[in-house]
Amino acid sequence: MEVIEKTKTENITKTESMIHQPIKISVQNLSAYFGKSQVLKNISIDIPEKKVLAIIGPSGCGKSTFLRSINRMHEVARGTITGKIIFDGEDVMKVDPVYLRRKIGMVFQKPNPFPTMSVFNNVVAGLKLNGFRNRKALKEIVEKTLKQAALWDEVKDMLNKSGANLSGGQQQRLCIARTIAINPEVILMDEPASALDPISTAKIEELIFELKKDYTIIIVTHNMQQAARVSDYTAFFYMGELIEFSDTKKMFTAPVKKQTEDYITGRFG
Amino acid sequence: MEIKSNVKNFSFYRRKTSNIIMLTFSLLAALVTLIPLIFIFYYTISKGITYLNLNFFTKLPTPVGESGGGMVNAIVGTLILIAIGGGIGIPVGIFTGTYLSEFGHNKFGSIVRFLTDVLSGIPSIVVGVVAYTLVVVPMKHFSALAGGVALAILMIPTITRTTEEMIKLVPQSYREAGLALGIPKWKTTLLIVLKTAWKGIATGILLGLSRAAGETAPLLFTALDNRFWSTNVFQPIASLTVYIYQYASAPYKDWNDQAWTAALVLIILISLLSLIFRIITRSKYKTTN
Amino acid sequence: MGWEMYTNSVLSIRKFGFGFLTSTTWDPFSQVFGALPMIYGTLISSLLSLIIAIPLGLGVAVFLSELAPAWLEKPLSFLTELLAGIPSVIYGLWGIFVLVPWLRDTVEPFLQNKFPNSPFFQGAPYGFGMLAAAIILSIMVLPIISSISRDVLKSVPNSQREAAYALGATKWEVTKIVLSYAKSGLLGAIILGLGRAIGETMAVTMVIGNRPQISASLLDPGYTMASVLANEFTEAASDLYLSSLIELALVLFIITIIINIFARLLVWSTERKWKLSPM
Repeated sequence: MEVIEKTKTENITKTESMIHQPIKISVQNLSAYFGKSQVLKNISIDIPEKKVLAIIGPSGCGKSTFLRSINRMHEVARGTITGKIIFDGEDVMKVDPVYLRRKIGMVFQKPNPFPTMSVFNNVVAGLKLNGFRNRKALKEIVEKTLKQAALWDEVKDMLNKSGANLSGGQQQRLCIARTIAINPEVILMDEPASALDPISTAKIEELIFELKKDYTIIIVTHNMQQAARVSDYTAFFYMGELIEFSDTKKMFTAPVKKQTEDYITGRFG
Repeated sequence: MEIKSNVKNFSFYRRKTSNIIMLTFSLLAALVTLIPLIFIFYYTISKGITYLNLNFFTKLPTPVGESGGGMVNAIVGTLILIAIGGGIGIPVGIFTGTYLSEFGHNKFGSIVRFLTDVLSGIPSIVVGVVAYTLVVVPMKHFSALAGGVALAILMIPTITRTTEEMIKLVPQSYREAGLALGIPKWKTTLLIVLKTAWKGIATGILLGLSRAAGETAPLLFTALDNRFWSTNVFQPIASLTVYIYQYASAPYKDWNDQAWTAALVLIILISLLSLIFRIITRSKYKTTN
Repeated sequence: MGWEMYTNSVLSIRKFGFGFLTSTTWDPFSQVFGALPMIYGTLISSLLSLIIAIPLGLGVAVFLSELAPAWLEKPLSFLTELLAGIPSVIYGLWGIFVLVPWLRDTVEPFLQNKFPNSPFFQGAPYGFGMLAAAIILSIMVLPIISSISRDVLKSVPNSQREAAYALGATKWEVTKIVLSYAKSGLLGAIILGLGRAIGETMAVTMVIGNRPQISASLLDPGYTMASVLANEFTEAASDLYLSSLIELALVLFIITIIINIFARLLVWSTERKWKLSPM
């Protein structure tokens, strides 16, 4: 028994600079399946607190699935996982997903505000689910969160309009506001800027930079410049495996593995 | 094993409970829906089977009080009515559907499409009244033809919509291939597009036919009924559905029992049609995959 | 079609005018025709049936689109569609010989004992009557509501569900958000069901008792526009009688057309209503 535990810990990938960082999420021997096809193979990785981790890799490499397993969103798509994901000392598979997802929020590829709700109600949707109804407190939260999401100035006069009335970039920032309104500890972002124009993308990236003061952020992206710009650490996935994991700077200047180098220099994918 | 939280959790158990209650309700609703289905099939089969014998398929109805007898005229009558309905409804439906998908991308097309949808919602008894004024009044008597016209009107929306949907599935490259060979558009549509889509269209036709086979209301004052053997389309004709209605409402136990048998035969007839429908759909998916 | 019916009903339109719709007397012997009892019967039986069919139909739709595992969804959808495929005359047959005796011997006496003073349960329990019609109609309308609602729910983009889940919503809370997203389409499904109930003929004719009266009691017989046509059309001996019946068909036609146009527009609009971001 002890031997197994030992090998497990040894498997976990860490970079040298990370040794003294507090660890927020520890992924151990994670494999994921959709039906019979295996999309993640034995991934182990330690994710440090209040940093930005970027996950890069070609389409279909399992990076989205990895992200979703962390707050158990893979279950919504009827996937299954083996292995362990330890979040704040607890196995996520043993935590009620409703609780878990409040602690680990998620922003999706395509902006998905609730069109039947106003901008205001979109922001507080998560709080209302939790029975939080104090109108005055909600107002303060909305203003605070929208400011945090760098959206307040643009929408403060249209809080009662439908969330669908905003532009694509505004919708995505609204979704980020909605996520941080419930005060999570981790934010997962699944290619949050891929459906947006360059200006909106730049705004989202600035926002990520601000947010990492308070939150642990994991962002999936297929845009390597973006990964290089926003993240502290980068993990490269290929064909369901974790190929390399290190400081972003190191990854982009001196990758260890040949596959990583090929991908970063644009030779495939 | 709870994660510490700075949002109040007092409502958590209430949320969980309402979650379970509502999901259970939805499961129950699904189960409750199946109950009448089981009931109706159970009664139709168990009651219908008692009179189900060869006579039913070979003999004419007997007068009240006289036992035995069958409904051969009604079975044949139903088939004739479907045939007339199909004879009118199928070509019109296919033509309209083809027109809509190949040439109907304009205002007129969307109006026709919308009207077809609306037509499918008109009560069948109203369609019967229309067929009455269109056919029975000018001809001055009830006839199988009038019944067929009513059934045709009812079939047209189904066939039109399926034809349109199925033709839309034909890849654009097929059309381009035809046009590139210098074949005129109408000929391409006829030779290539319709030929590729015909299996799907056939399922729509069968669906329309099986619905028509179960119709009663539009036949009551178009085809009327007929106690005797008749295959003349200009005369009133018997049908299974109208017999079920009359026999069920009559105060004679013999007749009531025969109504169940007629219902069973009707269900078998419709099931046969939808069985063919299923087989065609299945083989369609096999060839496309 | 509308024109055809109009020309054939001119006689009664001239004779009775607007009173046709508001008069409560329907008497073929004295040649007086007023359609109010039938309009009342049609509306009440349809609305009652919706009260039963809406919660069940939406429940089934939610089950099929949000809850059922894939292996269960297909056969269950097939069975509900089978329910829609049964000819209405067979529903009527079942109504006469199974539903009506059960109502007469068990349900209606029970209701009268439980609520002796309620105006809704007065009169002799015949079995045949408004209650039987409403129950039969609800069974027939249910598959329409559930299958269209299921399609509407399935057209709700998955990103909406994911957004709700990611906020820590329970399954039911996710469903509520999906339902609110789809509400106009669901309303359309319900109205299409209403259209079907209003026009349904055979099953209702066979169990409603066919008496042109307006009574609050659900146990009393009633009449619907469609049933009058089914029952009396071939017996109409005079031109005025026939023309009145055709006018009735015209009224029915107009009501269902309006209902259907309204419902179709609602169903169509669901998918186009919310334009979310450039995609």
